[in-house]
Amino acid sequence: MAKSPEEEHPHKVFGWAATDSSGSLSPFHFSRRENADDDVTIKVLYCGVCHSDLHSVKNDWGITNYPIVPGHEIVGVVTKTGKNVTKFKEGDRVGVGVIVGSCNTCDSCQQDLENYCPKVIFTYNSHYHDKTKTYGGYSDMIVVDHHYVLRFPDNLPSDSGAPLLCAGITVYSPMKYYGMTEPGKHLGVAGLGGLGHIAVKIGKAFGLKVTVISTSPAKEDEAINRLGADSFLVSTDPAQLKAAMGTMDYIIDTVSAVHALAPLIGLLKLNGKLVTLGLPNKPLELPIFPLVLGRKLVGGSDFGGIKETQEMLDFCAKHNITSEIELIKMDYINTAMERLAKADVRYRFVIDVGNSLTR
Amino acid sequence: MSTEQEHPQKAFGWAARDSSGVLSPFNFSRRETGEKDVTFRVLYCGVCHSDLHMVKNEWGFSTYPLVPGHEIVGEVTEVGSNVQKYKVGDRVGVGYMVGACRSCDSCTDHLENYCPKQILTSGAKYYDGTTTYGGYSDIMVADEHFIVRIPDNLPLDAAAPLLCAGITTYSPLRYFGLDKPGMHVGVVGLGGLGHVAVKFAKAMGVKVTVISTSSNKKEEAVDHLGADSFLVSRDQDQMQAAIGTMDGIIDTVSAQHPLLPLIGLLKTNGKLVMVGAPEKPLELPVFPLLAGRKMVAGSSIGGIKETQEMIDFAAKHNITADIEVIPIDYLNTAIERLVKADVRYRFVIDIGNTLKASP
Repeated sequence: MAKSPEEEHPHKVFGWAATDSSGSLSPFHFSRRENADDDVTIKVLYCGVCHSDLHSVKNDWGITNYPIVPGHEIVGVVTKTGKNVTKFKEGDRVGVGVIVGSCNTCDSCQQDLENYCPKVIFTYNSHYHDKTKTYGGYSDMIVVDHHYVLRFPDNLPSDSGAPLLCAGITVYSPMKYYGMTEPGKHLGVAGLGGLGHIAVKIGKAFGLKVTVISTSPAKEDEAINRLGADSFLVSTDPAQLKAAMGTMDYIIDTVSAVHALAPLIGLLKLNGKLVTLGLPNKPLELPIFPLVLGRKLVGGSDFGGIKETQEMLDFCAKHNITSEIELIKMDYINTAMERLAKADVRYRFVIDVGNSLTR
Repeated sequence: MSTEQEHPQKAFGWAARDSSGVLSPFNFSRRETGEKDVTFRVLYCGVCHSDLHMVKNEWGFSTYPLVPGHEIVGEVTEVGSNVQKYKVGDRVGVGYMVGACRSCDSCTDHLENYCPKQILTSGAKYYDGTTTYGGYSDIMVADEHFIVRIPDNLPLDAAAPLLCAGITTYSPLRYFGLDKPGMHVGVVGLGGLGHVAVKFAKAMGVKVTVISTSSNKKEEAVDHLGADSFLVSRDQDQMQAAIGTMDGIIDTVSAQHPLLPLIGLLKTNGKLVMVGAPEKPLELPVFPLLAGRKMVAGSSIGGIKETQEMIDFAAKHNITADIEVIPIDYLNTAIERLVKADVRYRFVIDIGNTLKASP
């Protein structure tokens, strides 16, 4: 008979889990594996609340295996290291992002692109090499193979740095890969949420001119005065859209709901690149004529490999880029999820796990 | 002023008079050979699927009478006083455009095909306000800049389709980097564009798989055109076996068709390039795009410099189109057969021998 989550492994762990597609989270007792030779045990201090956590607890993608403990923007302190671990020692501040394992042998893994490994193991809702379920960072501790642990730079605060582990790498990686880094070029950022606000900051750090594209005029002041965007476009205003047509070299599209691509494609210049990062549960409509007539492209990207995630953290530390966060207690999580569903957050909830996750 | 009197040089061709698309003899005139112009006797003209779209006004901007034809080859009969590159007797061709602004970024980058003021060879307004008439006619007058030289070792009739079909497939193979020896590229659709794409890709050292809805083109694809393999897109097993095997795909199909199976054929970082332009948007499945960092892009013909480069590459590798040469009075039947894709793989009108004005 299968062991219960509490009995599966030797170390008792406490967290919050969703048990059905209502998505409602509640206290959950489970366990984690013994710290093996390659492992690092981490006491969790903070965990960001990503929109993917919301998609997952509600089973929007149809792949959730309940009970699910979400959380893949984890920052904490090392409490134990296995004997093969040289990069980290007890007391180090570290992060864990979207993945905790991969095959290590395929082309993607060999190229430091573990995120594209067909056997990638996600921090939550996957099965580990030992076939047990993975549970994420809405919990008091986590045991992770050292290869998948990130060093947190000294000047990066743990709480506002946590969202970089998913939101940060998710926008940084495609900006590098698709060549959206030429100073002076014009970047559009569609959607000003967890991903979008960091894309604005990273875009400015690359020396780009940045326009935020949003359906909410109320975000303009923040976009320009607080985040540093150069301009703001209300995408539901046909006159503004028309005036901006053919002006952008790149667009990072962070919108997670189903939305129209045609107006965004129209904003691109010749050879323009639109990278879409959200994961709606239905396909999008792609008009082909404008792609053909303008040699434009629509590409996807999915967070990033471990090496690049470390590079991104170091880049953000160097440029003092952190997330704008609302720090919450663990027991606020269900309210936070409801507010997240309405995009009512500036711009990432981060759970103060260390101080509020009490049994 | 009638079309016959508009200009000083008499011309004779076949034109469509209305959106029935039926073509018939048409007397008109061409401008005097200006100082930068090249006049040539048309010997052959390819019949492109775009001609069909235009004569039937399927794109909604056709004006009548319309003389189609933009895969035009012939022999120079007169050059203007300021023409440097060509002389009487030269074998030359003209493709999809006869004019552009010559000063925008696109034009400066040798991308006249993306100039917002490009002037199409047929059915557009020239700088002098008069209508442009295409190559289903006995003579052409074109600015030297838009003329390409056809090397001696390329037969004129089989080279004509390269001026549109050739450049349309050559350009994206180069631009999207799908031209490296050892790569694996899929070609969707085995028609005018598709068959030339196979030949170019093979000459670049690329492994080619033709993807088609019907198995009856397999022998041709593999034995005659040199494709390495053939995939019937309706055969689930074949498609399943080929998942994740292609660096890129050149999609020449202009009818509505699903993108999901094609995206599935791509490796991580794979590129799906659309050169056919379906009228209505297609469904873009987002998950596979992100999970494999894949992209969908478009491409449209090519600039003049690249068109000459393509012709020279074709001459070096003995690449020509597979054609069915037809007399002018077969034209309407050819158009009907083209609607049914009943041609291997391009009709070329023998203008020189069969297009004669009535005495």
